[in-house]
This record gives sequence, structure tokens and C-alpha cells, in this order.
Amino acid sequence: MKQVVTGNHTLSYGAKICRAQVVSAYPITPQTQVVERISEFVADGEMDAIFIKVESEHSAMAACIGASAAGARTFTATSAQGLALMHEMLHWAANARTPVVMGNINRGMGPPWTIWTDQIDSLSQRDTGWMQFYCESNQDVLDSMIIAFKVAENENVLMPAMIVLDSFVLSHTTEPVDFPDQDKLDEFLPPYKAKYTVDPDNPHTFGGLTGPDRYYELKWLECEAMDRAKELIPQVGAEFGEWFGRPHVMVKPYRCDDAEIVMVVSGTIASTTKDAIDELRDEGMSVGSAKVWTFRPFPSEAVRELLRGRKQVIVIDRNVSFGHEGIFCTETKGAMYNEADRPSIRNFIAGLGGRDVKVRDIKEMFHLAQKDDTPDPYWYGLKT
Amino acid sequence: MSDEVEIRGVRDMPAMAMSLGLMTYNKTGSWRNMTPVLDPEKCNGCMLCWKFCPDVCVSADDPPVIDYDYCKGCGVCANECPVDAIEMIEGATPPSGRAEAPEPAATP
Amino acid sequence: MAEKKEKKKKLTVPEEELMYSGHLACQGCGATIAMRYALKALGPKTSFAIPACCWSVIDGPFPYTSLGIPIFHTAFETAAVMASGLKAGFDIMGKTDVTSVAWGGDGGTTDIGIQALSGAAERNDDILYICYDNEAYMNTGVQRSSQTPWGAWTTTTPARHFKKLPKKNMVDIMAAHGIPYIATSAMAFPEDIVKKVSKAKDIKGCKYVQILASCPPGWKMVPEKSIEVIRLAVNTRIWPMLEIEEGVYNITRKPRKEIPVADYLKLQGRFRHLTEDQVNEIQEIVNFNWQRLRWLEESTQEMKEKYGRATLSVPAG
Repeated sequence: MKQVVTGNHTLSYGAKICRAQVVSAYPITPQTQVVERISEFVADGEMDAIFIKVESEHSAMAACIGASAAGARTFTATSAQGLALMHEMLHWAANARTPVVMGNINRGMGPPWTIWTDQIDSLSQRDTGWMQFYCESNQDVLDSMIIAFKVAENENVLMPAMIVLDSFVLSHTTEPVDFPDQDKLDEFLPPYKAKYTVDPDNPHTFGGLTGPDRYYELKWLECEAMDRAKELIPQVGAEFGEWFGRPHVMVKPYRCDDAEIVMVVSGTIASTTKDAIDELRDEGMSVGSAKVWTFRPFPSEAVRELLRGRKQVIVIDRNVSFGHEGIFCTETKGAMYNEADRPSIRNFIAGLGGRDVKVRDIKEMFHLAQKDDTPDPYWYGLKT
Repeated sequence: MSDEVEIRGVRDMPAMAMSLGLMTYNKTGSWRNMTPVLDPEKCNGCMLCWKFCPDVCVSADDPPVIDYDYCKGCGVCANECPVDAIEMIEGATPPSGRAEAPEPAATP
Repeated sequence: MAEKKEKKKKLTVPEEELMYSGHLACQGCGATIAMRYALKALGPKTSFAIPACCWSVIDGPFPYTSLGIPIFHTAFETAAVMASGLKAGFDIMGKTDVTSVAWGGDGGTTDIGIQALSGAAERNDDILYICYDNEAYMNTGVQRSSQTPWGAWTTTTPARHFKKLPKKNMVDIMAAHGIPYIATSAMAFPEDIVKKVSKAKDIKGCKYVQILASCPPGWKMVPEKSIEVIRLAVNTRIWPMLEIEEGVYNITRKPRKEIPVADYLKLQGRFRHLTEDQVNEIQEIVNFNWQRLRWLEESTQEMKEKYGRATLSVPAG
């Protein structure tokens, strides 16, 4: 059934139809609508869930971890400062192998205070062991959420997942979203069967002190779990396509077949880029685009497959790693380094703090990338 | 749960660091430098030594029996005994007829 | 082991053990004794959320445990909310009979963890928070906490500059939340711990129990005096034993004999630097605090008789 909803409410309805059992959250703009709607669902009995209205995001994540450790399907949502406050517990969720699913509305980090989008908040959580799905539309938000639950709760994965969407561009913008039939979804996403639970009838201690002789192996197991997730995400993405008509892949190409140049993008810039590609194609340019859907696990193989042999790759980053370059760019370069016929890779920083990135901006970046004297990385649109 | 757990490599491990055995494999008697000796003749059966033992190594029998495999020699039992039936003696070795203090367990 | 003989006396606390030998606690550890009695009261249908504290080590390293109940180790500041999360998980999975306990030291409870605890108390989450209070950060090597009392040495309040601030009044802070049950106990009084923890277990909502527990290395004392020192803490009235229900204070142990607090202090190296005047000052503090508590007890009990409660009024339903 199609409904016109905001990105935020997509997450709320998503939590409901995915049958999240414990939700714990703390309000932060631009995430508030997500949890407002969920609290209505729970209060009205539309959702068979417990909502713990905690006093901080740090506690929200802790509560989700606890509930997940007791065997429940859990969900939370946050943004920027809230995500940063959660940081310690993000590690805890992953290391405790609790498959919590979270919506993170991308918002710039203060100071100064900002509520508009960029990806530094979520990308700063790169090494916490969370899967990250960057969404280009509200439909993408819903589909990612369903797929994330299924992958995260797989007993060979058991790692948490973050659904990432741009503040306001998606969070507060309505779009038609096709919600799957509940019975069909219940079949696709059956209840979570926890492999390890905190259970007085089968008591174990979880997370006790571990020395250098064993900690190392546990980290390897987490990496192995992420490798399995990397295999599983395209499989579940394809399966999802068979069930609901919308297949998902980790790197989604657009008009790339014969393209000499590929623009690598993520989030809502990915959808804008498709329009820019159409116009550039009309102007006779040999260019396509690639949306990177999952940042962790990073789809290195798919990136290599797509970019190998191209003349040039242009990475547009709505983020920056201070003292280096755009973060998706670094990852893309890393994936390509050992390729014999690797393309030249150019990097643009754009749209930080919610500055609009329009079709003409993307086209302009394309043209700037063709000039040798354009600095790299280039802060596109910087007012000098 | 069994006592000692053998983990040779990564494939013996659960995904999460969870307990698979009990610390009872760890014979903490090797920590001891003073040893409590109970005189059953003096014991009045008040069970305070059982009650206050931090290492759960005094039995709830009459008279109580001290498990020297685990007794760390803290001396709480001797201090609390209202009839001075427990004497702390120098060293780790229990009186004759008892086993020697256990070898320290390998670092887990 | 000798063969089982007939017991001469009735045991005053349950015989069942859920804490086993082989754990890694120091000799004479008060926190360990407190755990042993708490588990006797709680029984096996219990889960523990344990933040960073001595008990993150005492239980033993992966892949071992010393307890017969499940433990979920959690970050320093999260014990209360981890217990809330676990409780919600148990409830939604239909395991409503599990008691969800948060078990933390004084630092994890009254300093870094006070926000999460205050949150759980305000929501009246159905958890039991037990703080074993050894009056400093012992696991990290005896740094001062908000529960370190006036006059004490710690590694961050050296003897020349001993702590010149009082022990934070955590009990009244919890009382201000209006939760159904608050108690203090002390690990030299097993029957008291068993009684209060059992009572807390059967009350729905957020319960808080703070158990004074000696730390021989941190208090600079011999381990065999571990119980004796705590008995003196209660009998000298520096650590009053009380219960607060619906805001009504009840001092559960009123020592008949007046014992000078100096007897308690002199067992511990952490107070060795104090002058006679300073010890007298502590005695005055103890006397005043006791009088204040007696007054709170009388006035809140009077309120209870008159109005049925002594907490802030809440709307019915």
C-alpha cells in the first residue's frame, strides 16, 4: 500500500511493520517525529512494544542493547549530537553482538549549532562495528530498514545496523512510500531468534574481562561477521526485489555501461546526481553515477567491478575528514589502489551543514574535475 | 557448566565473550599466606565462619570444614569466631592430614 | 570434604549459594560478601547488569564466571538503564518473573551513573539497583568518589590534603525521586541484607539499596577486620541503617550503646592522619546527622499517619 509520508514517519511505520519489540529513544531535532509517532503507536496498542523514554541517547542505546540481549527486536533513532553521545554504546552494541537497528538522521555536528544535513555524524562512527545504509529516498529508508533487520539478526552476522538519511531533505519531506503487506512482510522478516541471550534458566556472563590471548580472536569474529554481512546484503537485497519488486545492491550504477567517467555519490545527492547525469549525457558527456548504499560493510569488490578501467572517478562527499579529504573518496581510493587499470580519482566536498547541492552544482563539479588546475579535494561553492 | 574450558582457537569461541565454565577451576588457595585451622572441640556450631566467608569455602556442616583449595587466608572466620575455635597459622600449608596448598592455576 | 553431619543450629540466611569459590576478589573483600548475601535473597530468577567496578573483575575473565545467574557487563554509566532494557526485553519475551538487578560500585552508581539511575528512578522502571559502597574507586586504585567520606585518604586526596567534602547524600537524592523503596544496609549484617533485598525484590517499581562494603586494600586495613569494621560503621552510627518507603524514613537499627566513631576510624589506615580535633569534628558530624535522621523519621512517620504518605503527592491513576 502506498502512503505519502516523511522520511521520519517512514522510520516510525517501518519500526511498526518490522515489529520492533523494544524502542528506546531521546528526542533530538530532526529525529523527533520518528519517536513521537512510535510513542503513539505503542500508547494506542497498534504496536506490541515497550517504549522506554530515556533521559539521554547514551541511555537509549544502552536500553536497546539490554533488550536485545534479552532476545527482543529493538529499534531507536537519533541524530548528530545524540549519535556522538551514543558513541561508547555503539561499540558496546556491536561488540556485544546485539543486532539493534537505528535510524540516524544526518545532521552537522556543532558548534555552531546546526540542524541541517551532512554525514560527519554517522561517518565518525565508522569503526564502531555498525552497518551503515545511506538512503536516497524515503522508499529507500523503508527498504533499507527491512533488509537491515534481516541481515543484522542473521545468526552468522549479529551486528547492529544504522539507516542513514539526510535531515530535512528526507526526514521532513513527504514522498510516496510503498509499504509491504504485513503478512508478506512477517513471512519475509520472521521474529528475531536470538542465538545468545541473558537468561536465568541458562546463565552466562557476557562481556567479562578478556586478556590479549583471546580478545584478538573476538575482533576477528566481528570482522568475519561483517564479511558475511557483505555477502548477505546483496543476497537479501535481491530476495527483497523478488518479494516486493525493488531489488537492492550495495553499489547502484546509473547509466554507467559505457561511461568513461563515473560520479560516486551517496544519500540524497545520489538522486540529484541522476538528473545531472541525464543532462550531461544530453550534452554528449560520457558519464554515469554510482550510489554507494552501504558504507559499512564497504562494498570494495562492487566498487572495483564498477570503476575498473574508467578514465576518471569523481567522488562527491557531503562530509570531510579534517586534515585529509572526503571520506567516501578515501574509501573509494582504497578499494581501487591495487587495480592495475585504476582511474584517476577526484574529490569534491559539498553541501556541508545542509547547503543545497543542486543539479547544476553537480554538473559544475563534473566540469571542474576535467580541469587540471582544480585543487583536490575541492571545496565546491566555498564563498571566498 | 563444567569447570575448565579449553579454547584452542577462534572456532572454539562464541561470537560474544560469554562464560562457558566456572571459576571453581581457579584454586585460589594458592593465594594464601596464613591458614585458618578450626578446632572442632571448641566449635559451638554458630556458623558465623560459614556465613562471613567471602570465598564460600567454609561448609555449612557442624563442625564446619574449610576448603583449603579455595581459602585465601583472609582471616575473617578467625576474627569473627566468638569462641576462638579458629587459629590463623603462618604459611599456606594446612595442618597434617590435609592436602598441600594447591599449585597456582595457569593465568586464564 | 568431610561427610555431611547434622546441623546443630538453624542457619540465619538461606543456604543456597549462587556465588562460587575461585573468584578473583581480594582477601576479605566486602563487595564479594555483599554479593553472596544479595544472591541468597534474590535466587536464581535474576539477571545482573554490572558496570565497570570491582565486580567486572571479581567474577572472573572470559570464558568463566563465579555466579550462578546471568551477568551482562555494561559501560560505566549505564547500569540502571541496562537493567531497564533487560527488563523490557524479558517482559516483551514473556519472562516476566525475572528480577532485573543493576549492581554497581559507588562511583558507577553515585557519580558517573547517576544520570541513568535518576532516569530509571523517574520512570519508576521495575528494576532493583544495588550499590555496593566501598567509598572510593577501588578497582582503579583507590581514587576519591562522591561517596568518600570527609577526612579520608585516597590516592587523589593524599593524607596532607585529605577529602574535605562530605559523603554525598545519595539516599536523600533517591528519596527525592519518590521511588517505592530505598534502603541502606551493611555487609556485616547478612540477615539485614537478605531481608531488605528480598523485600525490594517483591516491590514493583524502582528500588534502591546501598550496601556499605569494606575494602581492605582501599581502606588500608587488615582483611580479617573486614566484617568488624562494617559492624562498627553501623554501631557508631556513621552509617545508619534505614528504609524509606513512600517517603517515610525508618531507622532499622538503633544502637543502644553510644560507641565513639574513633573506634571505627582507628581500624583504618585511610583515617590515620587525622588529628584528635578532626576526629572530634567527625563525631560531631555523625551526631548531627543521626539527630537529623531521627527527626526525619519522626516527621515523615507523623506525615504518614496524617496523610498516608510522605512523598510528593501524585495524581491518582
